[in-house]
Order: sequence, then C-alpha cells, then structure tokens
Amino acid sequence: MYQLTLAEIARGLADKQFSAEELTRSLLARIQQLDPQLNSFITITEELALEQAKAADARRAGGESGALLGAPIGHKDLFCTQNVLTSCGSKILTGFKAPYNATVVEKLASAGTVTLGKLNMDEFAMGSANESSHYGAVKNPWDLTRVPGGSSGGSAAAVAARLLPAATGTDTGGSIRQPAALTNLTGIKPTYGRVSRWGMIAYASSLDQGGPLARTAEDCALMLQAMAGFDAKDSTSVEQPVDDYLAALSQPLNGLRIGLPKEYFGTGLDARIGEKVMAVVEELKKLGATVKEISLPNMQHAIPAYYVIAPAEASSNLSRFDGVRFGYRCENPVNLEDLYKRSRGEGFGAEVKRRIMVGTYALSAGYYDAYYLKAQKIRRLIKNDFVAAFNDVDVILGPTTPNLAWKLGEKNNDPVAAYLEDIYTITANLAGIPGLSMPAGFVDGLPVGVQLLAPYFQEGRLLNVAHQYQQVTDWHTQAPAGF
Amino acid sequence: MALERSEVEKIAHLARLGLNEADIPGTTETLNNILGLIDQMQAVNTDGIEPLAHPLEATQRLRADLVTEVNQREAYQAIAPAVENGLYLVPKVIE
Repeated sequence: MYQLTLAEIARGLADKQFSAEELTRSLLARIQQLDPQLNSFITITEELALEQAKAADARRAGGESGALLGAPIGHKDLFCTQNVLTSCGSKILTGFKAPYNATVVEKLASAGTVTLGKLNMDEFAMGSANESSHYGAVKNPWDLTRVPGGSSGGSAAAVAARLLPAATGTDTGGSIRQPAALTNLTGIKPTYGRVSRWGMIAYASSLDQGGPLARTAEDCALMLQAMAGFDAKDSTSVEQPVDDYLAALSQPLNGLRIGLPKEYFGTGLDARIGEKVMAVVEELKKLGATVKEISLPNMQHAIPAYYVIAPAEASSNLSRFDGVRFGYRCENPVNLEDLYKRSRGEGFGAEVKRRIMVGTYALSAGYYDAYYLKAQKIRRLIKNDFVAAFNDVDVILGPTTPNLAWKLGEKNNDPVAAYLEDIYTITANLAGIPGLSMPAGFVDGLPVGVQLLAPYFQEGRLLNVAHQYQQVTDWHTQAPAGF
Repeated sequence: MALERSEVEKIAHLARLGLNEADIPGTTETLNNILGLIDQMQAVNTDGIEPLAHPLEATQRLRADLVTEVNQREAYQAIAPAVENGLYLVPKVIE
C-alpha cells in the first residue's frame, strides 16, 4: 500500500479496496519501522491521524467523495498545527504547541487529508541540507551518508522513502525544489501569494511560499488544488481564482516554447547533470515542444541580493522569539535584557544567528541604501529578465541544482559554499514566479532534478509539462533501495 | 570592508543575541565571508532602477473596520513560559 500515489489511493478508497484507517495504520507502522534511519519526522501524530482517518471513512460512508478524502500526508514543521508541537526545527520553539492551525493545514484537513506527522526541516527553513535542525540531520534515502537537501528535507526524505505519498513544504530560495531534485520527487513552488502564509512561520516574508512535494506531477496538482486560494488572513494573499490544475495536466505539449537560459549551463554545473537535463529537452521535443536559447543576464547577482533580502526580513521576523510569550526561556535571567539575549542565544542555532546578524547589519543605520535598497534594485533587474524572456517562451527549463546530493557534513564549515548551491532556484523567489522540479534520471545512483519556470500564476502549465513528461518516462517511479 | 570584533558585538547586541565569548572570532570570520559575497552587489549598475519590494507590486489590502478577533488569552497564555493572573511574567524592569 505504501507505494501508492495520492491518485491511486483515491481510486483504492473509492473502490473500497482498503479504508483510510487501514492505510493510516499501515503507514504509521512503516514510519515507526523505517524512519529511525532517516530522521524525517519530528513528531508522529498517531492519535490525530487515526481520528482523521476514521472521520474520513465516515464521510465516505456517508456518500462524500473527494480526491484527498482519507489521503495520508505530513506537514513541514513550520505549519502551525493546533495542539501539536510546531518546532520550526528550532530549540527556541521547545514546547510550542500551536494554538491554531495554519490556513494550509486547515484547507488540507477539510479536504479530508490525514496528518501522520510533522516533518524535520532546517532550523527556520534556513539551509539547503537539512543539517541545521535542532532535531538532527535528515538522511537521504538514496544514500544514507548524504543530505536530502533542504530546507524541506524531512518532507522530501519521507515521501522519497515511501513513508508518505505527499507532504507540504515551503520554498524561500529553493527549499521545495532543491530537496525534490535530490530525492527524485516532483515539487512545486507556486507564485508568491498563491498559497496562504497564515500560520506558516515566517522566514523571509516577501519570498516565502508554501507548496507540495510528491512523487508525481498529478499528485502535486491534487495537493496544490487544495492548498491554493485567497486568504483574507494573509495580507499578501492574491485575490485571483485558482485554476483547475487537474484539467491542465492533459493538455498536449504541441507548440510549447521552451527557453534554455545559457547562464544555467555554464561554469559550476556538474556536466553529468547538464546531460540529463538535455535528455529531458529531447524528450519534450518529441512531444511537440520547440526550444530556443535565452539569456537571464542578472542571474549571477541573485545570490548576493538574496543573502541581503532574506536575512534582513528574517532578522525582523525572528525578533518575536524573545522568551516571553512562547517557546524556550533561559534559566534564571537576571534582567529583561539578559532574558532576551540568553533565550535567543541559547535557543537559536548557528546558521539562524548568522542570518539574523547579517540582516541586522544590513538594516542598521547608515547601511540601508548600500544593502537592502541595492538588493531590491537587483531584484527588479532579475524580475525584468524573466518578464523579457517570457515574451518569447512559455516555460524556462534548466537544472534544479548545480551538484548532486553531497555528503553529510561536507559543507558545514563553509556557509558561503552552501549558499551557492541555490544559484538556479532563488531567482524564482526574488521574481515571485512559480517553479517546479521533477525527476530527470540518475548519476552514480543519485537523483537529478530538472527545473521548469513559468510566468505568474501558470502553475497549471508547469504541472502539465511535468505530467506529460512523466507519461513517457519512468524516472519518477524509481524507489530507493531498502525503502 | 571587514567587520571588527567590536562591530560584531554591537550587531549581536542590536539583535539581542547572546554570543559565547569563544564563538566571537569564528562568527566574525564567517560574517565577513558572507559580507564578501554580498558586496559583489556593489559592482552591479542599478542607476535609475526602482527597488522592488513585492514581486507582484501589490499594495496593502484594507478591510472594513470591524471586530474580527475574539479574546483567546487563555489559549495563548497556556503555552507561555511564565504567566500570572493573565499577565506575562518577566524580570523586574522598574526598581
């Protein structure tokens, strides 16, 4: 049962081959058995899962149907879940049982999903390896000595290892797409504002966006359909109807114009990944797509701009963790300043402290124009590059990551080296456009991802291209040995 | 421009982050590496470019001036480190 996709689970439940409760019990047992190898879960919500599964079975018995009614999922541990630990992978949220549900959690629950647990992540979503979690590193099921990517590394590892058919993630600089690429999954970061950020603990508010990770584009469509939509509680939520993503899947690709940005295939890219990406292009051509080279000349400036904007916003967002209203508080503070400083100093990990300090510096008196304002101007240049490119092409295609999954610990002592891994993904966050990563084959037994980017609100187009590709290839069906 | 130890201490104070004495040299070095990366921005010509704060350049949505929230003090204080009589407790601020 654990090998079923969400779409197959929906059919199995509708045909009464199994009940949601049976499926839930079977996956919970699998998680107990296998997750100790991966460390992908921070909390297993067994009681909640069984309660939701029984409720889903009752709703189905009462005549209800629905693609996600009874579907087991997990949530990245920065989506607030009422009365369940929501840790953000941080010591500073020790004991934080959220008093309310995130909108994404609420929407998926009302669609009938069953929450099996809360998934490990880089602390406050800051990282590309899932090694900065207070709850320990997550292992890549394709090679337990390697990282699964991050920051949604627990979501990726759990879905790749068939502990769950799908999970939620968030993407501020690539945190859905990069782990999806490194674990052979499909993951989509929607347009900024498409999925509500209410109850999704903020890292960098102008970049953060929630989305699904799953094993197929079809499953991502099922998840995103339930997650997307306007939410009055999120001040940057977009008031625009949600497209029918499932209907979009079946469109033929005849005439699709694909742009290959030359900057994505230059120095720094593992040539073996480049070959796999070009093989995807050949396959899409057979499906009727045309290809042309394009240029995104400001791509190289994205990393410096991102590492100003994201830390600056983080330094402001994370000021709420002060040891007063929730979470960790230091022992015996001598005064209020000591309480703040020690609670934060002891509660945050090294990478979070680094980013808070970079952001604090960038926003401090006298430096605003040189850093934050400059970065926002570069942000516009990056957006303009995409706007110009999309005059000529429908989607942009390239590698998701420059390298394969690296060894645990390999980049721990060099944050700047780790930052450079985000080179192909962060431009989509700066511009706010949607991006998807899908499986494109293997190099040395490790998964390779290809990234597709589209104009604002064309998530349906991305899912369509990925789905059509997955109809004629089987990379996405490969499972890691032992799982 | 490299940060000195004293500047790192000042930034940590502004961010209300307690740093261990032993971590300050390493933190200074790492922050300088990150600032080195960031300083690559200065080579980019941005003359006449307007800063972009929001990808879709949306403006703040307004809502009707109505009461939409109910008091949830008990739920919120149930997860606080220290409360008494409905108030959050912190060390004494005024002598």
